[in-house]
Amino acid sequence: MRSLAILKIAFWALGRNKMRSALTMLGIIIGVGAVIALVSIGQGAQALIREQMAAMGTNVMYVWPQDNRGSGGARGASTEQGTLSVDDVFAIRTEVPVIAAATPIVTSNGQLIYKNSNMRANVQGVSEEFPIVRDWKLSEGAFFNAADVESRARVLVVGPAIVEELFEGVDPIGQTVRLRNQPFEIIGVLESKGQTGVGQNQDEAVLAPYTTVQRKLLGQTLPRVNQAMLKTVDQEDAFALAERMIDVLLRERHGIPSDVEVPDFSVGNLTEIADAAEQQTVVMTLMLGSIAAIALLVGGIGIMNIMLVSVTERTREIGIRMAVGSRPGYIRLQFLSESIMMSLTGGAVGVLFGGLCSVLIGEFLGWSTWVSPTSIMISFGFAAAVGVFFGFYPAHKAAKLDPIDALRYE
Amino acid sequence: MIETSLEATAEARRPSELMNDAVIQLENIHKTYHLGDIDVHALRGVSVNVGRGEYVAIMGPSGSGKSTMMNIIGCLDHPTRGNYLLDGLDVSQASKADLADIRNKKVGFVFQSFNLVSRTSALENVELPMIYAGVRAKERARRAAEALEIVGLKDRMRNLPNQLSGGQQQRVAIARALVNNPAIILADEPTGALDTRTSVELMEVFQTLNAERNMTIILVTHEHDISEYSKRVIVFRDGRIVKDQPMTGRRSAAETLRELPTEEELDAAAAEEMTE
Repeated sequence: MRSLAILKIAFWALGRNKMRSALTMLGIIIGVGAVIALVSIGQGAQALIREQMAAMGTNVMYVWPQDNRGSGGARGASTEQGTLSVDDVFAIRTEVPVIAAATPIVTSNGQLIYKNSNMRANVQGVSEEFPIVRDWKLSEGAFFNAADVESRARVLVVGPAIVEELFEGVDPIGQTVRLRNQPFEIIGVLESKGQTGVGQNQDEAVLAPYTTVQRKLLGQTLPRVNQAMLKTVDQEDAFALAERMIDVLLRERHGIPSDVEVPDFSVGNLTEIADAAEQQTVVMTLMLGSIAAIALLVGGIGIMNIMLVSVTERTREIGIRMAVGSRPGYIRLQFLSESIMMSLTGGAVGVLFGGLCSVLIGEFLGWSTWVSPTSIMISFGFAAAVGVFFGFYPAHKAAKLDPIDALRYE
Repeated sequence: MIETSLEATAEARRPSELMNDAVIQLENIHKTYHLGDIDVHALRGVSVNVGRGEYVAIMGPSGSGKSTMMNIIGCLDHPTRGNYLLDGLDVSQASKADLADIRNKKVGFVFQSFNLVSRTSALENVELPMIYAGVRAKERARRAAEALEIVGLKDRMRNLPNQLSGGQQQRVAIARALVNNPAIILADEPTGALDTRTSVELMEVFQTLNAERNMTIILVTHEHDISEYSKRVIVFRDGRIVKDQPMTGRRSAAETLRELPTEEELDAAAAEEMTE
């Protein structure tokens, strides 16, 4: 009863200085808002990476020639200089028992031309096992088969974005497009993997038999590949097993003794890459979060500052309250309530503000940012703690006042 | 804890009732302030009893110890030495929180500068002591309205302090002082900031409270004519009581008011002077 009345007094006191209270709360609003927005963006980035990795298929492994494991995965390796051959890939496929499917990947690019429209495309040469490796189904037509690969057929399987851009409503199956002055027949359309904001858009994929890409697009004489993409069987230690066996197998094939630490190839799996990328964003999120936390701390200092001013200004009021029978504890409660109310209100507005910001930013970047309940709870709790912590000293100062001196204060 | 000590009071009050129902019993009160190396003896052994229903004026020049006396009587300060029973309750050694509770229940303050909480209505100002007493909101409003009615401000309850005249503000303060039904009303120079007529009007309020409600009033003043409305005068000098006697020729504020020129008469007199 008494506490409720004291809370009301605190509320009234804040209302009496609306502008001041609002400005003080602004510090907390910005702090909490920043924590929420930045953490949700960080978490959005993590979710994005996870999503992209999931779209790449499960149990997927890679083998790169030389040390080409850059941030962009396998791209950028020159096939001419490469040390990974098609035969290596098939050796892995046949001799490593935990490998369920494998495809070499040979990349090229060129202008895709259909009637009056054309677009630039990255062409990936793959084997008929590609759909198995990537868990990627077709929405129309069929994937090329082993015979197509064998015969270096000029056939293409394209992503839905290509269809949309190039064919504009025409059924693409059976249509002929030109690529590097050669006619190619569209025989299949891949299912959409969804638009993603960063990296290569998977819906823009253009797939051809790797033999066709090597001979007809790149004019290679040596059957080198940019990378091998493998799928392991569903088995807990499949990655580790495969990695060891591939290492032994390729060292033997390339004549590299086992005491050479860095061979001319490297083996990795998607989980590793995803973990590494996620680790980066976690660090980023933590960093952004702590910067925002500093903002929150500054907001707390703002509260303390204004509460100290308020205690001084209201010394006489404190004296009156004490004279009519307020215990020091009630005065402390009153001033503490004021700072906590400010920090909680600021926190609540900050949550809304931060949520709005992250939705807007998500919209803008095309990311799926989401405001996690954890970040709301943590920042809200932190705001409340800031209110208690920075409100305590001014409240204590008020409670310690001597009623006689306080009443005489001008 | 105060609840239990208050219950104890009921027990302890019986002997004091035998002693002429004393509300204030001060016994050899000393108060010494330490200002740096110097000890200032504000009170040097004061013993005095005030009975229920008394109306006492405390007088004396500045530095005589009357303010210190009033702080101690009002439980705003501890005596350095001596015993003080307020309404039978020993308050000389009470803690800060206990002193606050005692002030809340036993003492009603009226100050020279009114000391109302600004930007807060008369009603809410009067409710203030009841908030700290833990009275429910409805009950608070009812009792506050009642107290304001007693001091004649029934139709000014919603006004803010700055919308009230000095005399009206002091009436609000009196309403606030009596709302918790205290053992004493302690008024410190209550007329210091008021003109003559308003001062006498206020004295009338005090005299009525004293006569009709048997309210014990202790009034600190340095104005002789204000002290003349009391029943007993105590004069301080150098930290001691030098005079303590019943008021002879006590004035009635109601009568004085009848003799005093009204506002209109004063205005008329001023206007006449102007034309001459």
